[in-house]
Amino acid sequence: MLGKPIFSLIRLLLIGALVGILLAALWYSGLFSFLLNPTEIASATDDLLESIHLCLGEGCGLLDFRLSRELIDLIFMLLTILTLLPFLVISLVLIVVVERKVVGRLQDRLGPNRVGPYGFLQTVADTIKLITKEDITPRQAHRLVFNLAPILVVVPTILVLAVIPFGRGMYAVDLNIGFLYIAAVSGGTTIPVLMAGWASRNKYALLGAMRAVAQLIAYEIPQVLSIVGVLLLAGSLSLVSITQGQQSLWYVVLQPVGFLVFLLSSMAELERKPFDIPEAESEIVAGYHIEYSGMKFAMFYLVIFFNPFLVSMIAVALFLGGWEGPLLPGYVWFLLKSTLVLFVIMWLSATVPRLRVDQLMGFAWKVLVPLSLVNLLLTGLIRALARDLKLPLIPDQLLLFLGANALMIVGTSLVYLLYAHRGRAQAPASLTAS
Amino acid sequence: MLKDYAFIGLLFIAATIFPIGGLVTSWILRPKKPGPIKTDIYECGLETVGETWIQFRVQYYIYALIFLIFDIEVMFLFPWAVAYDQLGFVALVEMFIFLGILVTGLIYAWRKGVLEWL
Repeated sequence: MLGKPIFSLIRLLLIGALVGILLAALWYSGLFSFLLNPTEIASATDDLLESIHLCLGEGCGLLDFRLSRELIDLIFMLLTILTLLPFLVISLVLIVVVERKVVGRLQDRLGPNRVGPYGFLQTVADTIKLITKEDITPRQAHRLVFNLAPILVVVPTILVLAVIPFGRGMYAVDLNIGFLYIAAVSGGTTIPVLMAGWASRNKYALLGAMRAVAQLIAYEIPQVLSIVGVLLLAGSLSLVSITQGQQSLWYVVLQPVGFLVFLLSSMAELERKPFDIPEAESEIVAGYHIEYSGMKFAMFYLVIFFNPFLVSMIAVALFLGGWEGPLLPGYVWFLLKSTLVLFVIMWLSATVPRLRVDQLMGFAWKVLVPLSLVNLLLTGLIRALARDLKLPLIPDQLLLFLGANALMIVGTSLVYLLYAHRGRAQAPASLTAS
Repeated sequence: MLKDYAFIGLLFIAATIFPIGGLVTSWILRPKKPGPIKTDIYECGLETVGETWIQFRVQYYIYALIFLIFDIEVMFLFPWAVAYDQLGFVALVEMFIFLGILVTGLIYAWRKGVLEWL
Protein backbone atom coordinates (compact mmCIF):
# COMPACT_ATOMS: atom_id res chain seq x y z
CA MET A 1 0.00 0.00 0.00
CA LEU A 2 2.66 2.46 1.01
CA GLY A 3 4.99 1.47 -1.79
CA LYS A 4 3.77 3.75 -4.52
CA PRO A 5 3.56 7.13 -2.80
CA ILE A 6 6.90 6.55 -1.08
CA PHE A 7 8.47 5.61 -4.39
CA SER A 8 7.19 8.73 -6.08
CA LEU A 9 8.33 10.81 -3.12
CA ILE A 10 11.82 9.37 -3.37
CA ARG A 11 11.82 10.05 -7.10
CA LEU A 12 10.73 13.61 -6.46
CA LEU A 13 13.43 14.07 -3.84
CA LEU A 14 16.01 12.70 -6.26
CA ILE A 15 14.85 15.06 -8.98
CA GLY A 16 14.93 17.93 -6.51
CA ALA A 17 18.42 17.01 -5.36
CA LEU A 18 19.60 16.69 -8.95
CA VAL A 19 18.22 20.09 -9.83
CA GLY A 20 19.83 21.50 -6.70
CA ILE A 21 23.22 20.06 -7.63
CA LEU A 22 22.92 21.29 -11.22
CA LEU A 23 22.01 24.73 -9.95
CA ALA A 24 24.91 24.67 -7.55
CA ALA A 25 27.34 23.57 -10.27
CA LEU A 26 26.11 26.29 -12.56
CA TRP A 27 26.31 28.73 -9.74
CA TYR A 28 29.75 27.77 -8.63
CA SER A 29 31.30 27.62 -12.08
CA GLY A 30 33.29 30.76 -12.70
CA LEU A 31 31.75 34.12 -12.09
CA PHE A 32 29.26 33.31 -9.36
CA SER A 33 31.68 31.71 -6.97
CA PHE A 34 34.21 34.44 -7.59
CA LEU A 35 31.77 37.22 -6.83
CA LEU A 36 30.75 35.67 -3.53
CA ASN A 37 34.31 35.33 -2.31
CA PRO A 38 35.58 38.38 -0.44
CA THR A 39 39.20 37.18 -0.28
CA GLU A 40 39.39 36.64 -4.03
CA ILE A 41 37.74 39.98 -4.64
CA ALA A 42 40.31 41.66 -2.40
CA SER A 43 43.23 40.17 -4.32
CA ALA A 44 41.57 40.99 -7.64
CA THR A 45 41.16 44.56 -6.45
CA ASP A 46 44.89 44.80 -5.77
CA ASP A 47 45.67 43.36 -9.22
CA LEU A 48 43.36 45.84 -10.92
CA LEU A 49 44.86 48.73 -8.99
CA GLU A 50 48.32 47.82 -10.20
CA SER A 51 47.53 46.87 -13.77
CA ILE A 52 45.15 49.57 -14.95
CA HIS A 53 47.06 52.78 -15.33
CA LEU A 54 46.38 54.85 -18.43
CA CYS A 55 49.17 57.29 -19.11
CA LEU A 56 49.36 59.64 -22.11
CA GLY A 57 51.86 62.36 -22.90
CA GLU A 58 55.06 63.48 -21.26
CA GLY A 59 55.05 62.13 -17.70
CA CYS A 60 51.32 61.54 -17.96
CA GLY A 61 50.74 65.20 -18.79
CA LEU A 62 47.76 64.55 -21.07
CA LEU A 63 45.98 61.74 -19.26
CA ASP A 64 46.70 60.18 -15.91
CA PHE A 65 44.02 57.65 -15.13
CA ARG A 66 44.06 55.17 -12.29
CA LEU A 67 41.15 53.28 -10.86
CA SER A 68 40.56 54.25 -7.27
CA ARG A 69 40.06 51.50 -4.70
CA GLU A 70 36.61 52.81 -3.83
CA LEU A 71 35.48 52.61 -7.45
CA ILE A 72 36.63 49.00 -7.82
CA ASP A 73 34.95 48.14 -4.52
CA LEU A 74 31.73 49.72 -5.74
CA ILE A 75 31.83 47.78 -9.03
CA PHE A 76 32.45 44.49 -7.24
CA MET A 77 29.66 45.20 -4.77
CA LEU A 78 27.24 45.85 -7.61
CA LEU A 79 28.33 42.63 -9.31
CA THR A 80 27.84 40.71 -6.05
CA ILE A 81 24.32 42.10 -5.80
CA LEU A 82 23.77 40.99 -9.40
CA THR A 83 24.79 37.50 -8.24
CA LEU A 84 22.47 37.36 -5.26
CA LEU A 85 19.35 38.55 -7.07
CA PRO A 86 19.50 35.92 -9.88
CA PHE A 87 20.14 33.29 -7.19
CA LEU A 88 16.92 34.44 -5.53
CA VAL A 89 14.96 34.35 -8.79
CA ILE A 90 16.29 31.00 -10.06
CA SER A 91 15.87 29.20 -6.76
CA LEU A 92 12.41 30.73 -6.37
CA VAL A 93 11.34 29.37 -9.77
CA LEU A 94 12.47 25.90 -8.67
CA ILE A 95 11.16 26.08 -5.10
CA VAL A 96 7.64 27.03 -6.14
CA VAL A 97 7.35 24.07 -8.52
CA VAL A 98 9.02 21.60 -6.16
CA GLU A 99 6.87 22.75 -3.26
CA ARG A 100 3.66 22.44 -5.25
CA LYS A 101 4.67 19.03 -6.55
CA VAL A 102 5.81 17.71 -3.18
CA VAL A 103 2.69 18.95 -1.40
CA GLY A 104 0.60 17.56 -4.25
CA ARG A 105 2.18 14.13 -3.93
CA LEU A 106 1.83 14.15 -0.15
CA GLN A 107 -1.87 14.91 -0.56
CA ASP A 108 -2.30 12.21 -3.23
CA ARG A 109 -2.54 14.70 -6.10
CA LEU A 110 -0.28 15.10 -9.09
CA GLY A 111 0.62 18.74 -8.71
CA PRO A 112 1.57 20.86 -11.74
CA ASN A 113 2.62 18.56 -14.62
CA ARG A 114 1.62 20.29 -17.87
CA VAL A 115 4.04 23.11 -18.55
CA GLY A 116 7.48 21.90 -19.57
CA PRO A 117 9.10 18.61 -18.52
CA TYR A 118 7.41 17.31 -15.33
CA GLY A 119 5.69 20.68 -15.04
CA PHE A 120 8.94 22.37 -14.09
CA LEU A 121 8.20 25.48 -16.13
CA GLN A 122 4.95 26.12 -14.25
CA THR A 123 6.43 29.06 -12.34
CA VAL A 124 7.58 30.71 -15.55
CA ALA A 125 4.04 30.51 -16.91
CA ASP A 126 2.68 31.80 -13.62
CA THR A 127 5.09 34.72 -13.64
CA ILE A 128 4.12 35.73 -17.18
CA LYS A 129 0.49 35.55 -16.16
CA LEU A 130 1.04 37.62 -13.01
CA ILE A 131 2.99 40.31 -14.88
CA THR A 132 0.30 40.78 -17.53
CA LYS A 133 -2.57 40.57 -15.06
CA GLU A 134 -4.68 43.66 -14.44
CA ASP A 135 -3.91 45.30 -11.13
CA ILE A 136 -6.97 46.12 -9.05
CA THR A 137 -6.64 48.63 -6.26
CA PRO A 138 -9.79 48.97 -4.17
CA ARG A 139 -11.01 52.55 -4.41
CA GLN A 140 -11.45 52.91 -0.65
CA ALA A 141 -7.90 51.70 0.02
CA HIS A 142 -5.16 53.97 1.31
CA ARG A 143 -3.26 54.11 -1.97
CA LEU A 144 0.23 55.07 -0.76
CA VAL A 145 0.43 52.49 2.02
CA PHE A 146 -1.31 49.90 -0.16
CA ASN A 147 1.33 50.27 -2.89
CA LEU A 148 4.27 50.58 -0.52
CA ALA A 149 3.59 47.32 1.34
CA PRO A 150 4.45 44.86 -1.50
CA ILE A 151 7.70 46.74 -2.13
CA LEU A 152 8.77 46.73 1.51
CA VAL A 153 7.86 43.11 2.10
CA VAL A 154 10.57 41.92 -0.31
CA VAL A 155 13.35 44.00 1.23
CA PRO A 156 14.08 41.89 4.36
CA THR A 157 14.21 38.69 2.29
CA ILE A 158 16.88 40.10 -0.01
CA LEU A 159 18.81 41.74 2.83
CA VAL A 160 19.14 38.48 4.77
CA LEU A 161 20.74 36.80 1.72
CA ALA A 162 23.81 39.00 2.22
CA VAL A 163 25.12 37.13 5.27
CA ILE A 164 24.31 33.54 4.29
CA PRO A 165 27.54 31.49 4.08
CA PHE A 166 26.91 29.35 0.99
CA GLY A 167 30.24 27.56 1.11
CA ARG A 168 33.76 27.72 2.41
CA GLY A 169 34.68 31.38 1.95
CA MET A 170 31.55 31.94 -0.13
CA TYR A 171 29.47 34.78 1.21
CA ALA A 172 28.69 38.32 0.25
CA VAL A 173 29.69 39.80 3.61
CA ASP A 174 30.66 38.32 6.95
CA LEU A 175 29.16 40.68 9.51
CA ASN A 176 30.42 40.14 13.04
CA ILE A 177 26.86 40.76 14.25
CA GLY A 178 25.58 38.11 11.80
CA PHE A 179 22.60 36.58 13.56
CA LEU A 180 21.60 39.83 15.26
CA TYR A 181 21.45 41.36 11.78
CA ILE A 182 19.21 38.53 10.57
CA ALA A 183 16.91 38.85 13.59
CA ALA A 184 16.71 42.63 13.17
CA VAL A 185 16.11 42.61 9.42
CA SER A 186 13.62 39.75 9.37
CA GLY A 187 11.74 41.42 12.21
CA GLY A 188 11.00 44.11 9.64
CA THR A 189 8.58 41.79 7.84
CA THR A 190 5.91 42.57 10.43
CA ILE A 191 5.47 46.18 9.33
CA PRO A 192 4.62 45.67 5.62
CA VAL A 193 2.21 42.90 6.64
CA LEU A 194 0.35 45.28 8.93
CA MET A 195 0.53 48.01 6.27
CA ALA A 196 -0.98 45.69 3.67
CA GLY A 197 -3.80 44.56 5.92
CA TRP A 198 -4.63 48.01 7.20
CA ALA A 199 -4.45 49.86 3.89
CA SER A 200 -6.71 47.38 2.07
CA ARG A 201 -9.68 48.59 4.15
CA ASN A 202 -11.03 45.08 4.02
CA LYS A 203 -12.22 43.37 7.18
CA TYR A 204 -10.64 40.04 6.28
CA ALA A 205 -7.37 41.76 5.47
CA LEU A 206 -7.37 43.67 8.74
CA LEU A 207 -8.14 40.53 10.72
CA GLY A 208 -5.43 38.63 8.89
CA ALA A 209 -2.89 41.38 9.47
CA MET A 210 -3.71 41.59 13.18
CA ARG A 211 -3.42 37.83 13.53
CA ALA A 212 -0.19 37.86 11.55
CA VAL A 213 1.37 40.55 13.71
CA ALA A 214 0.31 38.85 16.95
CA GLN A 215 1.76 35.58 15.68
CA LEU A 216 4.96 37.06 14.26
CA ILE A 217 5.83 38.86 17.47
CA ALA A 218 4.83 35.93 19.67
CA TYR A 219 7.04 33.45 17.80
CA GLU A 220 9.95 35.80 17.32
CA ILE A 221 10.81 35.36 21.01
CA PRO A 222 11.32 31.55 21.01
CA GLN A 223 12.95 31.73 17.57
CA VAL A 224 15.64 34.07 18.81
CA LEU A 225 15.90 32.53 22.31
CA SER A 226 16.55 29.07 20.90
CA ILE A 227 19.55 30.46 19.03
CA VAL A 228 21.19 31.88 22.16
CA GLY A 229 22.34 28.37 23.11
CA VAL A 230 24.17 28.07 19.82
CA LEU A 231 25.70 31.52 20.24
CA LEU A 232 26.90 30.46 23.66
CA LEU A 233 28.62 27.39 22.21
CA ALA A 234 30.10 29.25 19.25
CA GLY A 235 31.05 32.39 21.15
CA SER A 236 30.26 34.46 18.09
CA LEU A 237 27.34 35.97 16.22
CA SER A 238 28.89 35.70 12.77
CA LEU A 239 27.38 32.90 10.70
CA VAL A 240 30.75 32.05 9.20
CA SER A 241 32.43 31.51 12.58
CA ILE A 242 29.39 29.61 13.87
CA THR A 243 29.69 27.24 10.90
CA GLN A 244 33.43 26.90 11.43
CA GLY A 245 32.77 26.04 15.09
CA GLN A 246 30.89 22.93 13.97
CA GLN A 247 33.80 21.16 12.33
CA SER A 248 34.05 18.51 15.03
CA LEU A 249 30.38 18.29 16.01
CA TRP A 250 27.22 19.79 14.58
CA TYR A 251 25.29 21.93 17.05
CA VAL A 252 22.10 19.99 16.32
CA VAL A 253 23.63 17.12 18.35
CA LEU A 254 24.34 19.40 21.29
CA GLN A 255 21.13 21.41 20.94
CA PRO A 256 18.39 19.11 19.62
CA VAL A 257 15.69 20.85 21.65
CA GLY A 258 16.99 24.23 20.51
CA PHE A 259 16.83 23.07 16.89
CA LEU A 260 13.30 21.80 17.31
CA VAL A 261 12.14 25.04 18.92
CA PHE A 262 13.87 27.02 16.18
CA LEU A 263 12.26 24.97 13.42
CA LEU A 264 8.77 25.15 14.90
CA SER A 265 8.87 28.84 15.69
CA SER A 266 10.37 29.54 12.26
CA MET A 267 7.47 27.70 10.67
CA ALA A 268 5.15 29.93 12.66
CA GLU A 269 7.12 32.98 11.53
CA LEU A 270 6.70 31.79 7.95
CA GLU A 271 2.96 31.35 8.51
CA ARG A 272 3.21 27.79 7.22
CA LYS A 273 0.36 25.30 7.40
CA PRO A 274 -0.02 24.23 11.01
CA PHE A 275 0.48 27.88 11.96
CA ASP A 276 -1.27 29.58 9.06
CA ILE A 277 -3.96 31.36 11.08
CA PRO A 278 -3.14 34.71 9.38
CA GLU A 279 -4.22 33.43 5.98
CA ALA A 280 -6.63 30.67 6.94
CA GLU A 281 -8.50 30.18 3.65
CA SER A 282 -11.64 28.83 5.23
CA GLU A 283 -12.02 31.71 7.68
CA ILE A 284 -10.59 34.92 6.28
CA VAL A 285 -9.95 33.83 2.68
CA ALA A 286 -6.30 34.87 2.35
CA GLY A 287 -5.58 37.28 5.16
CA TYR A 288 -3.62 40.44 4.64
CA HIS A 289 -2.95 40.03 0.92
CA ILE A 290 -6.56 39.37 -0.04
CA GLU A 291 -6.98 42.61 -2.02
CA TYR A 292 -3.71 42.30 -3.91
CA SER A 293 -3.60 41.14 -7.49
CA GLY A 294 -1.12 40.88 -10.35
CA MET A 295 2.48 41.84 -9.66
CA LYS A 296 1.77 43.17 -6.17
CA PHE A 297 0.42 39.78 -5.20
CA ALA A 298 3.49 38.22 -6.80
CA MET A 299 5.67 40.11 -4.31
CA PHE A 300 3.86 38.54 -1.36
CA TYR A 301 3.99 35.21 -3.18
CA LEU A 302 7.77 35.57 -3.55
CA VAL A 303 8.22 36.15 0.17
CA ILE A 304 5.86 33.34 1.16
CA PHE A 305 7.68 30.82 -1.03
CA PHE A 306 11.28 31.98 -0.68
CA ASN A 307 11.41 32.61 3.08
CA PRO A 308 11.16 28.89 3.95
CA PHE A 309 14.31 28.29 1.92
CA LEU A 310 15.97 31.24 3.64
CA VAL A 311 15.07 29.83 7.05
CA SER A 312 16.36 26.41 5.98
CA MET A 313 19.66 27.97 4.97
CA ILE A 314 19.92 29.78 8.31
CA ALA A 315 19.07 26.56 10.17
CA VAL A 316 21.75 24.70 8.22
CA ALA A 317 24.36 27.34 8.98
CA LEU A 318 23.47 27.45 12.68
CA PHE A 319 22.71 23.82 13.50
CA LEU A 320 23.60 21.45 10.69
CA GLY A 321 27.22 22.28 10.08
CA GLY A 322 26.71 24.61 7.12
CA TRP A 323 29.03 23.65 4.29
CA GLU A 324 30.73 20.84 6.26
CA GLY A 325 30.56 17.42 4.62
CA PRO A 326 32.75 14.79 3.02
CA LEU A 327 33.73 14.45 -0.68
CA LEU A 328 31.37 16.93 -2.30
CA PRO A 329 32.27 20.61 -2.35
CA GLY A 330 30.88 22.78 0.44
CA TYR A 331 28.27 24.69 -1.52
CA VAL A 332 26.68 21.42 -2.71
CA TRP A 333 26.43 20.18 0.87
CA PHE A 334 24.99 23.49 1.94
CA LEU A 335 22.30 23.50 -0.74
CA LEU A 336 21.53 19.80 -0.22
CA LYS A 337 21.06 20.21 3.53
CA SER A 338 18.96 23.31 2.97
CA THR A 339 16.78 21.43 0.49
CA LEU A 340 16.34 18.65 3.04
CA VAL A 341 15.26 21.05 5.81
CA LEU A 342 12.96 22.75 3.31
CA PHE A 343 11.47 19.35 2.49
CA VAL A 344 10.81 18.70 6.18
CA ILE A 345 9.05 22.07 6.42
CA MET A 346 6.91 21.21 3.36
CA TRP A 347 6.17 17.78 4.77
CA LEU A 348 4.99 19.17 8.10
CA SER A 349 2.86 21.82 6.45
CA ALA A 350 1.28 19.25 4.12
CA THR A 351 0.33 16.81 6.88
CA VAL A 352 -0.44 18.69 10.10
CA PRO A 353 -3.84 20.40 10.40
CA ARG A 354 -4.16 24.06 11.33
CA LEU A 355 -4.11 25.05 15.01
CA ARG A 356 -6.78 27.17 16.62
CA VAL A 357 -5.76 30.75 17.39
CA ASP A 358 -5.75 30.30 21.19
CA GLN A 359 -3.76 27.08 20.89
CA LEU A 360 -1.31 28.87 18.64
CA MET A 361 -0.67 31.72 21.05
CA GLY A 362 -0.57 29.35 24.00
CA PHE A 363 1.98 27.16 22.26
CA ALA A 364 4.35 30.10 21.77
CA TRP A 365 4.19 31.55 25.27
CA LYS A 366 3.49 28.48 27.41
CA VAL A 367 5.56 25.83 25.65
CA LEU A 368 8.25 27.27 23.41
CA VAL A 369 9.36 30.26 25.51
CA PRO A 370 9.74 28.33 28.80
CA LEU A 371 11.38 25.43 26.95
CA SER A 372 13.95 27.64 25.25
CA LEU A 373 14.65 29.44 28.55
CA VAL A 374 15.29 26.10 30.30
CA ASN A 375 17.44 25.04 27.36
CA LEU A 376 19.44 28.26 27.67
CA LEU A 377 19.99 27.85 31.41
CA LEU A 378 21.05 24.20 31.07
CA THR A 379 23.41 25.09 28.21
CA GLY A 380 24.93 27.85 30.33
CA LEU A 381 25.35 25.51 33.30
CA ILE A 382 26.98 22.76 31.27
CA ARG A 383 29.24 25.23 29.55
CA ALA A 384 30.33 26.74 32.86
CA LEU A 385 30.96 23.28 34.27
CA ALA A 386 32.93 22.24 31.20
CA ARG A 387 35.04 25.37 31.39
CA ASP A 388 35.85 25.07 35.08
CA LEU A 389 36.48 21.32 35.05
CA LYS A 390 38.14 21.47 31.60
CA LEU A 391 35.89 18.76 30.15
CA PRO A 392 36.56 17.75 26.54
CA LEU A 393 33.81 18.30 23.95
CA ILE A 394 33.67 14.61 23.07
CA PRO A 395 32.49 12.59 24.95
CA ASP A 396 31.98 14.44 28.29
CA GLN A 397 30.20 17.58 27.15
CA LEU A 398 28.32 15.68 24.47
CA LEU A 399 26.95 13.24 27.05
CA LEU A 400 26.00 16.07 29.39
CA PHE A 401 24.17 17.87 26.58
CA LEU A 402 22.37 14.71 25.47
CA GLY A 403 21.32 14.04 29.06
CA ALA A 404 20.06 17.59 29.51
CA ASN A 405 18.08 17.43 26.27
CA ALA A 406 16.59 14.06 27.16
CA LEU A 407 15.60 15.56 30.51
CA MET A 408 13.91 18.47 28.77
CA ILE A 409 12.02 16.23 26.37
CA VAL A 410 10.86 13.90 29.15
CA GLY A 411 9.93 16.86 31.34
CA THR A 412 7.93 18.55 28.58
CA SER A 413 6.14 15.30 27.79
CA LEU A 414 5.30 14.78 31.49
CA VAL A 415 3.96 18.32 31.85
CA TYR A 416 1.98 17.81 28.67
CA LEU A 417 0.47 14.55 29.91
CA LEU A 418 -0.38 16.01 33.30
CA TYR A 419 -1.76 19.38 32.30
CA ALA A 420 -2.67 19.40 28.63
CA HIS A 421 -6.09 17.79 29.06
CA ARG A 422 -7.20 20.86 30.99
CA GLY A 423 -8.96 23.21 28.63
CA ARG A 424 -8.24 21.10 25.61
CA ALA A 425 -11.86 20.06 25.27
CA GLN A 426 -13.38 23.50 25.14
CA ALA A 427 -12.38 26.45 23.02
CA PRO A 428 -12.77 29.95 24.50
CA ALA A 429 -16.33 31.24 24.49
CA SER A 430 -15.50 33.98 21.98
CA LEU A 431 -14.35 31.42 19.45
CA THR A 432 -17.29 29.08 19.76
CA ALA A 433 -20.06 31.69 19.98
CA SER A 434 -20.74 32.95 16.49
CA MET B 1 34.16 46.67 8.30
CA LEU B 2 32.74 49.88 6.87
CA LYS B 3 32.87 48.26 3.43
CA ASP B 4 30.55 45.48 4.66
CA TYR B 5 27.95 47.95 5.79
CA ALA B 6 28.34 49.90 2.56
CA PHE B 7 27.44 46.67 0.80
CA ILE B 8 24.38 46.24 3.01
CA GLY B 9 23.36 49.81 2.16
CA LEU B 10 23.76 49.17 -1.56
CA LEU B 11 21.86 45.90 -1.22
CA PHE B 12 19.04 47.77 0.51
CA ILE B 13 18.78 50.13 -2.46
CA ALA B 14 18.87 47.17 -4.86
CA ALA B 15 16.27 45.37 -2.76
CA THR B 16 13.87 48.30 -3.15
CA ILE B 17 14.60 48.71 -6.87
CA PHE B 18 13.97 44.99 -7.51
CA PRO B 19 10.23 44.98 -6.62
CA ILE B 20 9.75 48.46 -8.07
CA GLY B 21 11.19 47.17 -11.36
CA GLY B 22 8.75 44.28 -11.34
CA LEU B 23 5.82 46.55 -10.60
CA VAL B 24 6.82 49.03 -13.33
CA THR B 25 7.18 46.22 -15.91
CA SER B 26 3.75 44.96 -15.00
CA TRP B 27 2.40 48.55 -15.12
CA ILE B 28 3.60 48.86 -18.73
CA LEU B 29 2.29 45.47 -19.83
CA ARG B 30 -0.97 45.04 -17.99
CA PRO B 31 -4.44 46.15 -19.13
CA LYS B 32 -6.04 49.01 -17.21
CA LYS B 33 -9.81 48.79 -17.19
CA PRO B 34 -11.11 49.74 -13.76
CA GLY B 35 -14.82 49.57 -13.10
CA PRO B 36 -17.00 50.48 -10.13
CA ILE B 37 -17.71 46.88 -9.23
CA LYS B 38 -14.16 45.74 -9.93
CA THR B 39 -12.57 48.23 -7.56
CA ASP B 40 -15.00 47.42 -4.78
CA ILE B 41 -13.65 45.78 -1.67
CA TYR B 42 -13.79 42.02 -1.94
CA GLU B 43 -15.87 40.59 0.84
CA CYS B 44 -17.43 37.40 -0.47
CA GLY B 45 -19.43 39.31 -3.08
CA LEU B 46 -21.46 41.31 -0.59
CA GLU B 47 -21.46 45.07 -0.01
CA THR B 48 -19.24 45.82 2.96
CA VAL B 49 -21.13 46.79 6.07
CA GLY B 50 -19.89 49.43 8.48
CA GLU B 51 -16.49 50.92 9.09
CA THR B 52 -13.37 48.77 8.61
CA TRP B 53 -10.86 50.79 10.61
CA ILE B 54 -12.34 50.12 13.99
CA GLN B 55 -10.86 49.95 17.46
CA PHE B 56 -9.24 46.61 18.01
CA ARG B 57 -9.14 44.23 20.92
CA VAL B 58 -6.93 45.11 23.86
CA GLN B 59 -5.53 41.56 23.86
CA TYR B 60 -3.18 42.44 21.01
CA TYR B 61 -1.86 45.41 22.96
CA ILE B 62 -1.00 43.31 26.01
CA TYR B 63 0.70 40.74 23.80
CA ALA B 64 2.77 43.50 22.23
CA LEU B 65 3.82 44.66 25.70
CA ILE B 66 5.01 41.19 26.74
CA PHE B 67 6.76 40.86 23.39
CA LEU B 68 8.59 44.14 23.93
CA ILE B 69 9.91 43.07 27.32
CA PHE B 70 11.14 39.71 26.07
CA ASP B 71 12.60 41.11 22.88
CA ILE B 72 14.74 43.52 24.84
CA GLU B 73 15.73 40.68 27.15
CA VAL B 74 17.00 38.74 24.14
CA MET B 75 19.00 41.76 23.05
CA PHE B 76 20.74 41.62 26.44
CA LEU B 77 21.28 37.88 26.10
CA PHE B 78 23.16 38.17 22.81
CA PRO B 79 26.32 39.92 24.07
CA TRP B 80 26.21 37.77 27.22
CA ALA B 81 26.15 34.56 25.19
CA VAL B 82 28.92 35.67 22.85
CA ALA B 83 31.27 36.72 25.64
CA TYR B 84 30.21 33.89 27.94
CA ASP B 85 33.44 31.92 27.89
CA GLN B 86 35.46 34.92 29.05
CA LEU B 87 33.06 36.08 31.74
CA GLY B 88 33.37 33.44 34.42
CA PHE B 89 30.86 31.99 36.83
CA VAL B 90 29.49 35.36 38.00
CA ALA B 91 27.97 35.97 34.57
CA LEU B 92 25.97 32.75 34.82
CA VAL B 93 24.58 33.68 38.25
CA GLU B 94 23.76 37.19 37.07
CA MET B 95 21.93 35.87 34.04
CA PHE B 96 20.02 33.42 36.26
CA ILE B 97 18.84 36.36 38.38
CA PHE B 98 17.99 38.45 35.30
CA LEU B 99 16.03 35.63 33.68
CA GLY B 100 14.44 34.83 37.06
CA ILE B 101 12.94 38.32 37.25
CA LEU B 102 11.61 38.04 33.71
CA VAL B 103 10.21 34.56 34.24
CA THR B 104 8.44 35.85 37.37
CA GLY B 105 6.84 38.44 35.12
CA LEU B 106 5.83 35.76 32.63
CA ILE B 107 4.34 33.61 35.40
CA TYR B 108 2.47 36.66 36.74
CA ALA B 109 1.05 37.36 33.28
CA TRP B 110 0.18 33.69 32.95
CA ARG B 111 -1.65 33.58 36.31
CA LYS B 112 -3.46 36.80 35.44
CA GLY B 113 -4.81 35.04 32.38
CA VAL B 114 -3.17 37.43 29.91
CA LEU B 115 -1.83 34.54 27.86
CA GLU B 116 -5.28 33.06 27.40
CA TRP B 117 -6.59 34.13 24.01
CA LEU B 118 -10.19 34.97 24.87
